[in-house]
Amino acid sequence: MNWPSLRKSNGGPPSSNGRIIEMNNVRKVYDTGKVRVEALRGIDLSVAEGEFVAVVGPSGSGKSTLLNLLGCLDTPTDGRYLLAGDPVADLDRDGLAEIRNRRVGFVFQNFNLLPQLTALENVEMPLLFGGVGGRKRRERARDLLERVGLGDRLEHKPTELSGGQMQRVAVARALAMDPAVILADEPTGNLDTTSGVDVLTLLSELWRQGSTLVVVTHDPALAERAQRVVEIRDGLVVADSRNGSTSH
Amino acid sequence: MARPLVTWQLFLKASSLQRKRAVLTVAAIAWGTVAILMLLAFGQGLREQLMRGRRGMGENIAVVWPGETSKIWEGLPTGRAIRPRMEDIEYLRHRIPDVRFVGEITSWSTTLSYGRKTITGRVTGTNWEYGDLRNHYPQPGGRFLNPLDEIEKRRVAFVGDAMAKEIFGSENPVGRILQINRAPYLVIGVMQHKLQMGAYGGPDEDHVVVPITTFSAQLGRQRLNNIVFKVDRPGQMVGAIQRFRQVLGKKYRFDPQDKQVLGIWDTVRGARIMDNITIGIRLFLGIVGALTLLVGSVGVANIMYAVVKEKTREIGVQMALGARRGWVTGPIVMQGLVYTLLGGATGLLIAVVLVMLIGLVPTAGNQALEFLGKPTLSWPIAAATAAILGTLGILSGYFPARRAAGINPAETLRYE
Ligand SMILES: Nc1ncnc2c1ncn2[C@@H]1O[C@H](COP(=O)(O)OP(=O)(O)O)[C@@H](O)[C@H]1O
Ligand SMILES: [Mg+2]
Repeated sequence: MNWPSLRKSNGGPPSSNGRIIEMNNVRKVYDTGKVRVEALRGIDLSVAEGEFVAVVGPSGSGKSTLLNLLGCLDTPTDGRYLLAGDPVADLDRDGLAEIRNRRVGFVFQNFNLLPQLTALENVEMPLLFGGVGGRKRRERARDLLERVGLGDRLEHKPTELSGGQMQRVAVARALAMDPAVILADEPTGNLDTTSGVDVLTLLSELWRQGSTLVVVTHDPALAERAQRVVEIRDGLVVADSRNGSTSH
Repeated sequence: MARPLVTWQLFLKASSLQRKRAVLTVAAIAWGTVAILMLLAFGQGLREQLMRGRRGMGENIAVVWPGETSKIWEGLPTGRAIRPRMEDIEYLRHRIPDVRFVGEITSWSTTLSYGRKTITGRVTGTNWEYGDLRNHYPQPGGRFLNPLDEIEKRRVAFVGDAMAKEIFGSENPVGRILQINRAPYLVIGVMQHKLQMGAYGGPDEDHVVVPITTFSAQLGRQRLNNIVFKVDRPGQMVGAIQRFRQVLGKKYRFDPQDKQVLGIWDTVRGARIMDNITIGIRLFLGIVGALTLLVGSVGVANIMYAVVKEKTREIGVQMALGARRGWVTGPIVMQGLVYTLLGGATGLLIAVVLVMLIGLVPTAGNQALEFLGKPTLSWPIAAATAAILGTLGILSGYFPARRAAGINPAETLRYE
């Protein structure tokens, strides 16, 4: 499949020296009162603009936790995190919401589309929160859906779409605000092989067009397509391989 | 559909899942509104009725009874009876010109006859100004006493409406001759029916009023049974009573501080107490209504809590997409308000219809209903209810909204 250009260059994020993600010794402790889980125990990770990083590791190793921290859905217990050059540690909830809106695009394993809304309206949501006006918002959403091959499904509700189509809507939604990085947590995990390959191809295409991607996956096919594979075990980065050559 | 309100639309769709509960809750709010409005309306009706009834006897008046001295004064002993006389009215008017005085000579068991009908009843001889002071207004076709009646000692009578019915039955009494202690009096007027709550001697509908001069001559009595005086404004009453005691104290030589000499019923003071009681009643009724509303609001809040709970994941998604707290909370608060105002508007409509229907029920003749008065809706009542509804509406959305704002998106979106 040949994807038309999805990404309009925004000239790159400011003052990041090409580093979209810069994490130093980040720890995350879940303390539910009874149990205390150290999900991340000191992560160092840096991702350059335009990289395609696959995060792999066994279940429960902390991959989703890491992705949530990267996307400012949650805040680290300890450590330093710069997103596109800006420290996010001191932001309040609304500040974090704005970062998520402008700098990050999420793709989830279970799609997380809003069930009452059409595909178009779903893609409009981030634009709505970002203050993009009605006409422009609809145009951009339609554009994005056409580019992921769903131009004929604009008015469909999520329940009227296949899994692969839903995930493509989710990708279009993640692209809506032209984010600095796209974070995907097992994006093919709920898809059959064909749909999985579709979404995979779409993500590769995005990368080729200049998007920065961090993708958590169990899928060897996906990890293979990535430029770089980061392996996590028990809350620590245990391997970071690039183009087949491993380095610690 | 307004596009900027996609989240709003989203929440409307969400709430439609709760439609049954929403209907019940709007009904609860409506019921609370009806309760508060009706209670306040009845309170208002009662208040107006009490005011009317209180005015029935006369407004801003005081009634004086003669008594005996209880304090030694200028060498005079206690126990002296002080009985003001007819000419003291002129004297009082002269000394205290800004207060209006009338005197009364009362005869209780008086024979009243017309044709074959004879009864015993109360007759009051008084000054012509009594009509205004004591709210004795004539029915059409008649009149009250006038100055000439008093000066010329005419034998004319003004009859209370109940007594007129008893003596004359269905006949028109005006122009007929009523025998009072076998002396013929021309009936010049019948009193308009009025609601009267306070009374001394008996209700006004049950006596006959004649010129004090005529009656004094007929009975050979000079002493007054009562003095009634009226001030223009309630605030002047205390001063008027003081001056009244001083003037008469000087003339009859008693201590103006001696409360036993003259019993004085200050209706202004009574009115103030009555006012406080009605305020208390209305406050109570208002609080009962407000509590009913509060229960309805808890229902609204519960619906909104249920919506928030049901939509937790979707709220989490919205947060992940960059929705600020206002985006999440706004629609919830709005919806709580809309439910509440919807219920309030329904309740208002029902209350207005009820008040109108009750207004159609005839009360004449039924003393209990007449006393209760008609429920009355007023702007202050409407404004107070709207304020309560608005406040409760915002609160019933605010707390669920706060819970929604507290949702942790990472936790909500966790997928195992
Ligand atoms: N909200 C949470 N509360 C408590 N423990 C959590 C929470 N989220 C994750 N964990 C725990 O943290 C660890 C890492 O979880 P996660 O990041 O989801 O792993 P992965 O995505 O690699 O499977 C697990 O032991 C998990 O049980
Ligand atoms: Mg996971």
